[in-house]
Amino acid sequence: MKRLITLTVNGTPYEVAVEPRQSLLQLLREELHLTGTKEGCSEGECGACTVFLDGQTVDSCLIFALEAQGRDVVTIEGLARGDQLHPVQKTFAEYGAVQCGFCTPGMILAAKALLESNPHPTEAEIRQGISGNLCRCTGYVKIVEAIQAAARG
Amino acid sequence: MGEGALKNFEYFDPTSVGEAVALLQQHAGSAKVLAGGTDLFLRMHRRALLPDVVVDLKRITELADLRYSDQEGLRLGATVTHGEVVEHAAVQQHYGALATAANWVGSLQTRHRGTVVGNLCNASPAADTAPALLSYGAIVTIVGPEGQRELPLEAFFQEPGRTALAPAEIVTALRLPPAPGQRGWGYARRTRTVIDIALVSSCTVIQANNGVCSEVRISLGAVGPTPLRATQAEAVLRGQRPSAALLAEASRVAAEEARPISDVRCSAEYRKDMVEVLTKRCTESALRMLQML
Repeated sequence: MKRLITLTVNGTPYEVAVEPRQSLLQLLREELHLTGTKEGCSEGECGACTVFLDGQTVDSCLIFALEAQGRDVVTIEGLARGDQLHPVQKTFAEYGAVQCGFCTPGMILAAKALLESNPHPTEAEIRQGISGNLCRCTGYVKIVEAIQAAARG
Repeated sequence: MGEGALKNFEYFDPTSVGEAVALLQQHAGSAKVLAGGTDLFLRMHRRALLPDVVVDLKRITELADLRYSDQEGLRLGATVTHGEVVEHAAVQQHYGALATAANWVGSLQTRHRGTVVGNLCNASPAADTAPALLSYGAIVTIVGPEGQRELPLEAFFQEPGRTALAPAEIVTALRLPPAPGQRGWGYARRTRTVIDIALVSSCTVIQANNGVCSEVRISLGAVGPTPLRATQAEAVLRGQRPSAALLAEASRVAAEEARPISDVRCSAEYRKDMVEVLTKRCTESALRMLQML
């Protein structure tokens, strides 16, 4: 039986009826039509489903929608301010850190979280900081360069 | 994925431990406890578990407690995440091996949700925090229909996948006793990739008094049916002044105490070899911290 939950996504309050077995990822993609967050592995290994939940990066594929009751979610759609891209989005585009783009939303959120907690990371710290996000295309080199560029400001 | 993957269930989010226990009693056999969900959701998604009822502990505020005092030591509630443990200043200062161990679990995203207690309740012999918790003498607080009881962590793990929890019992907290004095520690782990289950893990915690190792705890992970204390290796060093020869002997004995299996990740022989290497490294690290090496 469905339950009504309320939550904030990208600053907007929502009221949604969900089944207990639905994941937060499904809620975002299928109920709210925010399809920027991707389903990669459904196992919490690849990070393509990364979102911010109350300010922390989490794998939304392993969270029941009901667990998001009363919480604050930020997805990739919540980063740009209108036409103004977030600095990490800009450098990802400039440095060729996007190939197929599937890992990109999760990767950008992970990078944003990293730079917020560590504004001047070393390369090793960058690689450690995004180690919860897998990319099959780029070999991570351009991703690391883009994050370094965003850190330089 | 899709709606078809998980079986539907009834979801409860009680606000007290008593309520949670009552729910587990009421739905005995068909209820599962939800903390961080990083393991439970996965098993339900794979249909390895098909509970009719899920009891979410996260609205029980006392379980979110993570606090330290010099008199009481560390109290770690059941819904405390690995991420919180890694970041906690008192854990870093007084239980450094635990902060290091918790930082190995999964990815950052996993650590922001997965709980230390929940992970232990899976009773994996390879649980990353287990060797550190064993070496710090962790005690498990359990609440059930009969009331509250305490158990040393060694007794909590029974076999792979099974803990000492009786039906309708939940772990409410871990308690780590305060250190009577200065402690040195070492934690090491062999793994294939950054996000992978440990092949072997090891943690040594040493307390010193006048150049003598007054208390020694050596714990091993992923080399037996449960995480274990290498008590014979500990005895080699306990009460002694450390020396290179004693260190080598203790490491050798630890490898003998390990009872590893060969599996998809690596062979039993490799695990035995690594126990000796990691025990030596961890013990050296502990002694260096105490400036006894």
